[in-house]
Amino acid sequence: MLLVTCPYCGARPEIEFHCGGEAHIARPETPSALSDADWAAYLFERSNPKGVHAERWRHLHGCGRWFNALRNTVSDTFLASYRMGEPRPDVSAPSDTSKAGAR
Amino acid sequence: MPQSHRLPRGGRIDRARPLHFTFNGAAVEAYAGDTVASALLANGVKLAGRSFKYHRPRGILTHGADEPNALLSVDRGPGRVDPNNRATMVEATAGLKVASQNHWPSLEHDVGAVNDWLSPVFVAGFYYKTFMWPRAFWDKFYEPAIRAAAGLGVAPDAADPDRYVHRHAHCDVLVVGAGPAGLAAARAAAQTGARVILADEQAELGGSLLHETTAHIDGKPAAEWLAESRADLAALANVTLLPRTTAFGYYNHNHIVLTERVTDHLADPAPDLPRERLWQVRAKEVVIATGAHERPLAFADNDRPGIMLAESVRVYVNRYGVAPGRRIVFVTSGASAYRAAADAKAAGLDVTLVDVRPDSAIGAERALIAGVRHLTGHTVLGSTGRKSVTGLIVAPVTADGIIGARTTLPCDCAGLSGGWTPSVHLFSQSRGKLSFRTDLDAFVPGSSVQKERSVGACAGTFDLAAILAEGWAGGAAAARSEAARDFAVTPATPVGFKPVRVLRSDADPAKVRAFLDFQNDVTAKDIRLAIREGFESVEHVKRYTTTGMATDQGKTSNMAALGILSEALDRPVPQIGTTTFRPPYTPVTFGAIIGASRDALFDPIRQAPLHDWAAEHGAVFENVALWRRAWYFPQAGEDMHAAVRRECKAVREGVGIFDASTLGKIEVTGPDAAEFLNRIYPNAWLKLEPGKCRYGLMLKEDGFVFDDGVVARIAPDCFHVTTTTGGAPRVLAHMEDYLQTEWPDLKVFATSTTEEWAVIALQGPRARDVLAPLVDDIDLSPEAFPHMAIRTGHIMGIPTRLFRVSFTGEMGFEINVQADHARAVWEALVARGAPFGITPYGTETMHVLRAERGFIIVGQDTDGTVTPDDLGLGGMVSKAKPDFVGKRSLARPDMTLPDRKQLVGLLTEDGRTLLEEGAQIVADTRQPVPMTMLGHVTSSYDSAACGRPVAMALVAGGRARINDTLHVTTPTGFTAARVVPPAFFDPEGKRVNGIAGTNTHA
Amino acid sequence: MRRFSLTSLLSEAMNAHQGWPRQWRKPDPKPAYDAVIIGGGSHGLGAAYYLAKQHGLTNIAVLEKGWIGGGNSGRNTTIIRSNYLYDESAALYEHAVKLWEGLSEELNYNVMFSQRGVLMLAHNVHDVQSFKRHVYANRLNGIDNEWLTPEEAKAFCPPLNISPDIRYPVMGAALQRRGGTARHDAVVWGYARGADAMGVDIIENCEVTAIHRGPDGAVTGVDTTRGSIKTKKIGVSASGHTSMVMGLAGVRMPLESFPLQALVSEPVKPCFPCVLMSNAVHAYISQSDKGELVIGAGTDQYVSYSQQGGLHITTHTLDAICELFPQFTRMKMMRSWGGIVDVTPDRSPIIGKTPVKGLYVNCGWGTGGFKASPGSANVFAHTIARDEPHPINAPFTLDRFRTGRLIDEAAAAAVAH
Repeated sequence: MLLVTCPYCGARPEIEFHCGGEAHIARPETPSALSDADWAAYLFERSNPKGVHAERWRHLHGCGRWFNALRNTVSDTFLASYRMGEPRPDVSAPSDTSKAGAR
Repeated sequence: MPQSHRLPRGGRIDRARPLHFTFNGAAVEAYAGDTVASALLANGVKLAGRSFKYHRPRGILTHGADEPNALLSVDRGPGRVDPNNRATMVEATAGLKVASQNHWPSLEHDVGAVNDWLSPVFVAGFYYKTFMWPRAFWDKFYEPAIRAAAGLGVAPDAADPDRYVHRHAHCDVLVVGAGPAGLAAARAAAQTGARVILADEQAELGGSLLHETTAHIDGKPAAEWLAESRADLAALANVTLLPRTTAFGYYNHNHIVLTERVTDHLADPAPDLPRERLWQVRAKEVVIATGAHERPLAFADNDRPGIMLAESVRVYVNRYGVAPGRRIVFVTSGASAYRAAADAKAAGLDVTLVDVRPDSAIGAERALIAGVRHLTGHTVLGSTGRKSVTGLIVAPVTADGIIGARTTLPCDCAGLSGGWTPSVHLFSQSRGKLSFRTDLDAFVPGSSVQKERSVGACAGTFDLAAILAEGWAGGAAAARSEAARDFAVTPATPVGFKPVRVLRSDADPAKVRAFLDFQNDVTAKDIRLAIREGFESVEHVKRYTTTGMATDQGKTSNMAALGILSEALDRPVPQIGTTTFRPPYTPVTFGAIIGASRDALFDPIRQAPLHDWAAEHGAVFENVALWRRAWYFPQAGEDMHAAVRRECKAVREGVGIFDASTLGKIEVTGPDAAEFLNRIYPNAWLKLEPGKCRYGLMLKEDGFVFDDGVVARIAPDCFHVTTTTGGAPRVLAHMEDYLQTEWPDLKVFATSTTEEWAVIALQGPRARDVLAPLVDDIDLSPEAFPHMAIRTGHIMGIPTRLFRVSFTGEMGFEINVQADHARAVWEALVARGAPFGITPYGTETMHVLRAERGFIIVGQDTDGTVTPDDLGLGGMVSKAKPDFVGKRSLARPDMTLPDRKQLVGLLTEDGRTLLEEGAQIVADTRQPVPMTMLGHVTSSYDSAACGRPVAMALVAGGRARINDTLHVTTPTGFTAARVVPPAFFDPEGKRVNGIAGTNTHA
Repeated sequence: MRRFSLTSLLSEAMNAHQGWPRQWRKPDPKPAYDAVIIGGGSHGLGAAYYLAKQHGLTNIAVLEKGWIGGGNSGRNTTIIRSNYLYDESAALYEHAVKLWEGLSEELNYNVMFSQRGVLMLAHNVHDVQSFKRHVYANRLNGIDNEWLTPEEAKAFCPPLNISPDIRYPVMGAALQRRGGTARHDAVVWGYARGADAMGVDIIENCEVTAIHRGPDGAVTGVDTTRGSIKTKKIGVSASGHTSMVMGLAGVRMPLESFPLQALVSEPVKPCFPCVLMSNAVHAYISQSDKGELVIGAGTDQYVSYSQQGGLHITTHTLDAICELFPQFTRMKMMRSWGGIVDVTPDRSPIIGKTPVKGLYVNCGWGTGGFKASPGSANVFAHTIARDEPHPINAPFTLDRFRTGRLIDEAAAAAVAH
């Protein structure tokens, strides 16, 4: 079970949280202006990286706040957590885990 | 059985406390402090079980958690029987009944041993090559036969009377393993004041010190140092000592899980004690001090009962005062067995030591065994005996590998030592990278990923003085201290060995059966066969041969298999790699893992405020999400059908009362509340006046319906939102997601009020008559309080939000009061309603009534692929709003096709057949399979009001098929049904105004 | 290829098994192939097998970054069934089951397909409605699936607790008798051996590091850790790593990769006769030929490539198992592991062409890929060979996420209202 750091409450066990998937995918200002393909990309396409992932978490059974976190999806180590609206911190991952591994 | 092999003195057993248990029905004498294994050996029992595949006789190989052979069924009384317990880990307890496994008719005479004769056929992977002819025989014959032969013990078949509990803990330093390294680490860490937990899988803390009879630490006998260390630690308030506790899993972010065996060793445990306690520890730092596993040596027939690990011989002699044999031959490729031989000799046993190393390679350890018969530069070619070893066949080997004359060394026990494998399981589970040490022929911890450090033998350190110093430094460092300490140990620990694979033999290696994985009967030649067939990855070898996949997970065998692979491929071990270690370190009961999670604690049961009233009045309940809801209220002699018919009639003709409290409720407040709802719902909200309600469908961004409910505007900045019973949490989460992450500029709070408000639905033509006398300050007249209005006021002096809404089609009210007052209000209404025949009704009647009117239930009439238009509710979707959640998706090409499945009504043509919910619909029953299906029945009920069954269905292009006849599946075939609009009773919806309704469709 | 037969087995037994050849060669990659499959699991190796067998494409290679079968093929709980709801899914999985039924003979490799029946429990009214919907849809699609009362379910699976007093009593069950399990590794090895015998190069320890495209956008080859390879057709069967591989060609995928855990108990004598699933309480259990109870858990909630999940996920599953089978609390978990499952928004796979010419993808199987292996491999081979989908995989396009024509089995199973 992960230990997730809520920027408001501190480190808490994962079962207090809900993970909301990839972060920094803003809802388009004017959805009707988007093509079907662009709208599908917004709704469904995800970077799903093997390495550092910016993701949304909500401290569901705590303060209830959404926040963002950076986590390495190979080691599951958190590199940062930050409030909604704050820019993604510049964290460089260890080189051996950030490379795009593929079969 | 008498204790024929108990030594006259020595050991840590308590000779003043004898006890008895039984093995295969025969009494075994033991002392407190024995394990079942040590007691069996003390009683002269060698044969302890049969192997998995060949059913070969097997004895006790080890003295600890790595035991592959001696797996027993243990019976602690009714419901307390379980299989596959390692005799080396089960403490001898009065009254235990233990039994060997995997044989028929008996341990001594097992017909399964025929497999041993067939072993030339039954090699690794033979299953894949055969049992294919004829094809039908696999299911009927081969597989059942294979299954019957496989498995080890017998699964429990009775419910377990024992309890299991969980404990969560935090600490600064968790030390796993209480041998010399762990004890030193715990002491060093504890001295700093850090909160320390020290856990060890054994009954007694001490590890290898428990059988250390010669070494002195800082001038004191090791046992004395051990006693002092334990006393020191026990006296400290910041230290928790956990014997009988196995750390089995190292999970993310220093989450370590341990299982503590609380009562298995007690003959008569207090009834309030749990059997096991699962510790979930979040440790700031972990010190791993888990020691090492000795490896046996591979030679032909190295698996006979009586052949065990060299160090295990030493443990049985020193710790348990047991002679595993009277005449013992040690075979070793390293120094540590010399100490074992010396201790056995000191105990008065006949000892021979065979060293596979040449004489020149032997160091100071030689001095330990003065007077012992000592053969160097020898190999072992085989063993004699069947159910017990009677001798080892040895021969000298020249420097260039020539094998000389054989000698059989008679013995009743052999101690093998092929070196030591550090126990890196937890380190590897923590995702640390292993590094290979050629001198140890084993992996040791390399770079760390989590906050842990390994000390002592598990890190490849085997000299006792070094172990203690390393443990101390590690414990201190884990507690952020740089304290270091040296320990003086005399005499020095004999260390060092020469890695060997299979012992040299002059026999055809393709025929020699030298066992590596004892439990799964994997031999060295099986590994070579796998390699020959192209299985070169260590994982492939493992899977093809099953080596290392038994209950011991290869603790004694993995390195040997890896070594053979390395040799065969001529690649160094690090290039072959090792398999990843995964939890659990040793098998863990399901009970410990689940803890108290049974029955109601498996999932919490939610009960509405009127639950008790319903239970007292005979309600039958159904599970809806976590809730338990009153399903129907049968009276004497009624089945569900009759009860529902009666309840429906009461609502249509008089008045019914229903507990709707499980509806989700969310209070949406703030200056931007209306704007927020306008974005969340597809319909318009800005102009809804306070005091009015509106029905809303909620879409996800993909355009599909995911919840619905009535929303009331209490005030310009306050909305009372209702959701489906199961949907409340996800609707609130959905709202919060948009509020916090997409529209943080909106000034809105969304608060769950589901538990705050009880909801009493009072429905039927006489609802107003029942309600009016109880309401203090709300004008209930139709003019003042029309359908879809909300009023706040008081009922019986209690504040209420009173809704004029209907999910039944009848005139009705939903009375929201604070949950604490619900029962008083409910009972008053029931009393007031008595003259009108007021009838409590359950969810089934609610379903029938709403279906008669064609109202949908989200999740029943929708399934996550349904749009508002599919439901015939396209008119609710605002065309004017530029945006709302789901709007863009509704414009995708496939969302507007005319052949989408649309909600319609179905009436069976015979007027009698009740369709099954889930039944499929076709246009033509004579078409070949696979048939073209048009849709399915979503809701179907027998309707008393309509005098016939009615159903709702999602049908492709359904609205264009009104009046068509379609065919619906039944358990035996099809029945014809006519497509109608989905409203069967009072289709104009007049009855909500209390006016006598029009007739039905039918 | 040396055929497996009673004769060959006995003669090798006399020969101390010295004569068995490698089941697949260990070739070095050639500079060019007619087609390359990325990913040596059951889907990728199966596709190679059918490309060679049915489409005559033998100058092809399967590139596997580790050892074949090391991904989800070797980490699943081996459940096989075809009683899916939607026509599209039912056709795909039934195609697979039909191939399973002859696979041991087809491959001359005993994959131990055991049709012991898959029992799916209903625990509430909603489950009953949903399962009947499945049963009827399956009937009209010619797929066996029958509705059982709780007593009938208990008769089929005697260990089952059908007491009305448990938290979620069993209200009935759907049974597909033709469903069951197979030996997962054997499927991988059997396809590898069969493909290899027809000339397919199976190249292990060969990670693809780049996908090259020509001026027209079509693929021209790949770079690997074992050198560059020219090819005009690339089939991606990389399960959890699909997003990464497709990223090499510049294609963003509607996929997320989650940890999925499973575990086995210690082996015991036969005590569990079938496969049993309960979506409502979340439990999947069967007993292997070795005697282990094989138990599947759910996914963790976050994207991860670690092949390791939290204990609380496993715990939740064992909670459910012990609720249904209270006699199992004294059984012991012997081994647990994790896989990386690639999940699509509608929980159905993607099998077909991509926006890049010559690049084909087979992914998004989530928790259900093993059962589909032969069927998926078969239609994927067709797609690669003909540059057009087989009718069975035609609905499983990448484009459906744009048009909205989703195949949402998860939604159809829905959640309790």
